[in-house]
Amino acid sequence: MTANAIIELRKVGKWYNSYHALRDVSISIGKGEKVVVCGPSGSGKSTMIRCINRLEAHQTGHIIVDGIELTDDVKAVEKIRRKVGMVFQNFNLFPHLTVLQNLTLAPIWVRGMAKSEIEEIAMMYLKRVRIPDQAHKFPGQLSGGQQQRVAIARALCMRPEIMLFDEPTSALDPEMVKEVLDVMTELAGEGMTMVCVTHEMGFARQVADSIVFMAEGSIIESGSPAEFFENPKSERTRQFLGQILEH
Amino acid sequence: MSKHSPADQAPIPTAPVPPAHWAASYEEEPTQASTPPQANGMTALKPFGWAKDNLFNTPLNTALTVACLFLLWLVVPPMANWLLLNASWSGSSEACREAAGACWSVIAVKHRLIFFGTYPYDEQWRPFLACALFVAMLGASGVRAFWRPWLAVAWALTLVGMGVLMWGGVAGLTYVPNDRWGGLPITLMLSVFSIALAFPLSILLALGRQSSLPAIRTFCVGFIEAMRGVPLVSVLFMASVMFPLFLPEGVTVDKLLRALAGMTLFTAAYLAEAVRGGLQAIPKGQYEAADALGLSYWQKTMLIVLPQALRIVIPPIVNQFISAFKDTSLVTIVGLYDLLTAATVATTDPEWRPYFAEVYVFAGLMFWIFCFSMSRYSQWLERLANRYTRR
Repeated sequence: MTANAIIELRKVGKWYNSYHALRDVSISIGKGEKVVVCGPSGSGKSTMIRCINRLEAHQTGHIIVDGIELTDDVKAVEKIRRKVGMVFQNFNLFPHLTVLQNLTLAPIWVRGMAKSEIEEIAMMYLKRVRIPDQAHKFPGQLSGGQQQRVAIARALCMRPEIMLFDEPTSALDPEMVKEVLDVMTELAGEGMTMVCVTHEMGFARQVADSIVFMAEGSIIESGSPAEFFENPKSERTRQFLGQILEH
Repeated sequence: MSKHSPADQAPIPTAPVPPAHWAASYEEEPTQASTPPQANGMTALKPFGWAKDNLFNTPLNTALTVACLFLLWLVVPPMANWLLLNASWSGSSEACREAAGACWSVIAVKHRLIFFGTYPYDEQWRPFLACALFVAMLGASGVRAFWRPWLAVAWALTLVGMGVLMWGGVAGLTYVPNDRWGGLPITLMLSVFSIALAFPLSILLALGRQSSLPAIRTFCVGFIEAMRGVPLVSVLFMASVMFPLFLPEGVTVDKLLRALAGMTLFTAAYLAEAVRGGLQAIPKGQYEAADALGLSYWQKTMLIVLPQALRIVIPPIVNQFISAFKDTSLVTIVGLYDLLTAATVATTDPEWRPYFAEVYVFAGLMFWIFCFSMSRYSQWLERLANRYTRR
């Protein structure tokens, strides 16, 4: 266990009725660390990161984010959600609001920021994700890659300390994957703590400090990208890598 | 809706803007080229060709077309004769007896009774003014440019003004108790107030039905199912006859108010189910995105969920509004004089009794005007709500 861990999961367990989704998952993520989580579908990787901002509730074990333990206490959940930004597979932009309104909504209502102030910040983030000219369009008028970049900018506008990415490129057409990964790589370079569920092994190799491999609700192994790709310890990992790298 | 700064008021381009290096070739392209060829343009110019293609293209269609034309020939000329050509438009009931068509003089003679019921005859300019004010405000409230805070102030003043006009008792107006009100004011006020009160209530009921708190959920489900399980007539009857029995002695609630409460609760139960349909159409991801951004339940509901859900359910909601408007005619069962009841009373005059059909056609036309306006307005509202929201 790292002393300065910003996210800590200790023996976390979760069931969906009788289905055991997470089995004693323990992981410790330091400030500024970039962790890529991979594994076959149904392995519990999305469930795990969704537990970190309590979109899913765990049933056993402990989850501590920046010193606050996640419990049924609504106040604790609210505090943690302000620190943690999330990007979804299906973008989940608000279709009835413009891009700019998507970005400014939560800062205005949750952080109580002035509209003019946050609009300026939002435009800065839109420039960083390279779509400032789309600010007054509606999400339905943008391409998938643009929508996902808006979603990243929306999360960043809340000034999070941690960013969670739940398969951010899985719903994109192939030619749009790169523009989203570029933005994520840039973000990683700025020292953001990132937990990213993805199958983009090129991105993992380039950006991750550590890679976590999950299967059947458990962490099978974790390590640096070099160890993970060159010298996987378990047979299950070798099999998985064989399947996704062999094409 | 969105508030753009003036610089951004430019219309949103319908086609994606190409990158700069395309600009030269893009501009050369005439804009007309992108509009699809008009499929109906040619056929509209040739009605015979159109008829041949659409009405007489197969033996069956030819037979159906001929049959329809025959039916129209049977129905339309006699109808036009009765309604218009042979109708008697003014004069006494004697003149009507000689005319072969409709007797519209009955409307000329009885329209004040139909519109204002038993309201004192010499004071009927008051309900007329109140209705005109009310309809004008309803119309104004539908205009987007007027959706400003002062509209609420205007409404408050309008309601006070209507109260003064209808009841009187101040400013030199004689007092008219509300059991003498009748006709159009009753229909308009009952329907508009019951809809206006039922709508927010229905949203709360729909949200409550989805609540994770069992007590709230059970109450909302119970209320909705109880209300939907009984006819409106019995709800009105309960509100009017049985409810006073439960009140302590000496406490009375106005009959009009009781009918309004009954209609409101009944309409709310139906509307709640329409709203719930909209809530269920919102993808789970919208809730999750709002949660992940740290929005509270009410922020999430008011800012993300309801704006989307209500857009989706504009058609069934307006359907319910129209239905509620027409249902006001059922208040006759508790002794209130709505437009239709007043029309019925108008037919009891022995001199004009033979012309009851004309009176009902007229009352029906009045209802139709209001319902059709609502329907047209909802279509406009739907287009407005979905103008920029292309999924």
